[in-house]
Amino acid sequence: MSNISQIDQEKLIHEDGFNDHFHEHHDGDKYQMGFLTKYIFSMDHKMIAKQFLITGMVWAVIGALMSLVFRLQLGFPESDMAWLRPILGQWIVVNDAGVGTLSTEFYYALVTMHGTILVFFVLTAGLSGTFSNLLIPLQIGARDMASPFLNMLSYWFFFLAGIIMFISLFLSTGPFSGGWTAYPPLSLLPQASDGSKAGMTLWSISMVFFVVSVLLGGINYVTTVLNLRTKGMSMWRLPLTVWSFLITAIVGILSFPVLAAAFFLVICDRSLGTSFYLSEIFIGGQALDHVGGSAILYQHLFWFLGHPEVYIIILPTMGIVSEILSISSRKPIFGYKAMVMSLSAISFLSFIVWAHHMFMSGMNPFITNFFVIFTLIIAVPSAVKVFNWISTLYKGNIRFNSASLFAIGYVSLFISGGLTGIFLGNSTIDIQLHDTYFVVAHFHLVMGVAAFFGMFAGIYHWFPKMFGRFMNETVGKIHFWGTLIGAYMIFWPQHYLGIAGVPRRYYSFENFDAFSHFGTMNKVITIAAFFTFFLQVLFLINFFYSMYRGRKVTNPNPWGANTLEWTTPINPGHGNWDGNLPVVHRWPYDYSKDGEDHIPQIIPIQPGETVVHQ
Amino acid sequence: MANDTVLNQNGEQDVWSGAKEPFRASYGKLMMWYFLLSDAFTFAGFLVAYGALRFSVPTWPLPDFVFSTFPGGIHHAPLIFVTVMTFILIMSSVTMVRAVQEGHRENKKGVVFWMLMTIVGGLSFLGCQAWEWTNLIGKENMTIYQNPFGTHTQDGVYLDNEHGVPYAAGEKAETFKAHHTYLIEKVANHDTGKKDWVQRRMKLKDGTETVQQFGPQAFGALFFFITGFHGFHVFSGVVFLTIIMLNVASGLYAQRKNHYEMVEKIGLYWHFVDLVWVFVFLVFYLL
Repeated sequence: MSNISQIDQEKLIHEDGFNDHFHEHHDGDKYQMGFLTKYIFSMDHKMIAKQFLITGMVWAVIGALMSLVFRLQLGFPESDMAWLRPILGQWIVVNDAGVGTLSTEFYYALVTMHGTILVFFVLTAGLSGTFSNLLIPLQIGARDMASPFLNMLSYWFFFLAGIIMFISLFLSTGPFSGGWTAYPPLSLLPQASDGSKAGMTLWSISMVFFVVSVLLGGINYVTTVLNLRTKGMSMWRLPLTVWSFLITAIVGILSFPVLAAAFFLVICDRSLGTSFYLSEIFIGGQALDHVGGSAILYQHLFWFLGHPEVYIIILPTMGIVSEILSISSRKPIFGYKAMVMSLSAISFLSFIVWAHHMFMSGMNPFITNFFVIFTLIIAVPSAVKVFNWISTLYKGNIRFNSASLFAIGYVSLFISGGLTGIFLGNSTIDIQLHDTYFVVAHFHLVMGVAAFFGMFAGIYHWFPKMFGRFMNETVGKIHFWGTLIGAYMIFWPQHYLGIAGVPRRYYSFENFDAFSHFGTMNKVITIAAFFTFFLQVLFLINFFYSMYRGRKVTNPNPWGANTLEWTTPINPGHGNWDGNLPVVHRWPYDYSKDGEDHIPQIIPIQPGETVVHQ
Repeated sequence: MANDTVLNQNGEQDVWSGAKEPFRASYGKLMMWYFLLSDAFTFAGFLVAYGALRFSVPTWPLPDFVFSTFPGGIHHAPLIFVTVMTFILIMSSVTMVRAVQEGHRENKKGVVFWMLMTIVGGLSFLGCQAWEWTNLIGKENMTIYQNPFGTHTQDGVYLDNEHGVPYAAGEKAETFKAHHTYLIEKVANHDTGKKDWVQRRMKLKDGTETVQQFGPQAFGALFFFITGFHGFHVFSGVVFLTIIMLNVASGLYAQRKNHYEMVEKIGLYWHFVDLVWVFVFLVFYLL
């Protein structure tokens, strides 16, 4: 068998590659001429990915700072918050003695905005938007997305949604404060709370634009994966990252429109006075003339998106983690097809379990049986994935770098967060656990922190592709260990709070004898939250410093990976490959095979190879 | 390199093996299909809302009574007008098919003509909808807040002239008056100068007197919202048809030599809007 590492890959693409006549007509380059077309209104998928990433980071910082303010209230309810007045202004109420307290209204606004921002702006747009855009064309061997123009629009609709949401933070009545789920009647009646006034109006408009952004992006991702694969890149040769982005996009296309439908009706109820979600209701002793609507209807429509949404958040990171674990353990991914099947199974099941969010909302208890069963069945494909990740690591020659550490940490968090899902999926246990800190701990671990870990892994791993430089490894490892410990310190104790019945979303527990002895635990959680936040600041410094001053990439394939993005120039231009497109001859996971460390996808099958993965 | 291309059982290269369009559809057409899929879910969301609200109330207006007016002061013509509307919309799909067909034949003039016919169909449908809404809101007082169309049945019989029980001996039942299809109307009150609601009196079979009650409020809101959302789709369709027709006329697509694919894409959208109407028609006018 010839020595594969001796093959000149550039020459191989030149000779064996696929000429799509891209460089013969030059209309591709008109997109990148000026500053405005290159950096702002860019149609290049790599730039749009960076735009999504940076915007997501800005929102992540805003969302995290909000959580710090309300953690301060929960951990140190007695403390003087007057020092926050320069930033939060009227939302810190200062009494005659000069002691400032957080306004209760604003506490709810903070919790609501934290949820909305993190779920939609950071972990949907910031995550899918970044990695689907960056990796789909690069890993399937395409010049760009199917429609670069719609791709650009997708970002700008997201940007517009963000601007509207950002403006709502500065309203005199405050941003929306009825929880990220925006349940009626609270969200519909301006009389009900300050946040349901202009704040909710802006919130609902912003979310409609966000849905448009997700749909434009998702339609593009699916079409690109189906139609623009390079020669030889059959579906079973796609890296798991691309599979996960494809499936995520399909889930988004099928679920987000229903959210839009729900929000259109919300907007009608709020602005036109219809009663889709409002039945007979008294407020402040006053009877309103709304009749005949159903608040539960909103919950059904919302959670028909809401549940798939958590998979929209977690599926892309599953792909990222699979890819990174295989690369860093120098082993083929264990059970490639099982990974694809389990991704598909999870996404299918995600559509028929939505009402497990509504066990306590007055649903028929016989219907809950259906949702309990399918919810628990999700544990099966999830376990397939976990065992496959562990089996991939098993006896691997693991390279512990920042990316692989975060990927391994992801598996840990996914297990600890996922197991509690089995508790919550049971409608009977849910009677005790619903709306407690147990729920908070569960979903933060499994889709919050885990998704962030997947995202961090992806950022550390593909940073060289994005900016042609490496991030600092030492700082990255400090970031990993600190965040892992910090995240567990925040969310592990919350399980105990939840089992003891401590309700979520409460401003203060001082008046509840049953919960008052958890004060110390809440203090610890708050301190851990601050600790974790400062590690993320470290990450941001590392990120932006490395962007300009990081160690330069000299080897086009620094991680020894098989996928196509590492066959491009170190800083790929518009169109990604200078000459021909690479032709694919094998699956992406030929690691440590036949004495070869790794065999990139572009290497033709050599005589004498033992196992050939078509 | 002998065994590295993906071959199917017939020894041909598989359509899924890359550098091919697996469904033989360009990316643009695929995107339109996925958009339509997502839009179908939006409408499905609305229709689910319709079902949930309809079945949460004990009675629902009978479409035969609600939609029985025809322009020119014709009453008691159940579903005739909406039949005309539906026919127009379906015919506009036929003309759209012809436009696409002429596109495949690279016949520019034919494409422009049949697209123009489609636009005329779309505008006529919108005009019909405007009249229907005006009549319902202005004359029959159905709004998103008020629904004068009550149950229309009592104890299993229609409340019409034939079946209604006379209010007083020798009188006809008051359920309907000449030229009125609706049971509750607004009548000018000379004293106040405003219009007051008049609810028809009637006697039940057991002899008790009653007045016709307002129908479920959700009916009006759902009707105007869902048909309005559909109408907005038709309107956007007309706008895009017009833009694309002008592009066709300018010869833009003839240069591309792709059999007027853009016309085919907007055609997909137009047929989808038609298909949605079938469901909207079903739930509001037939069920």
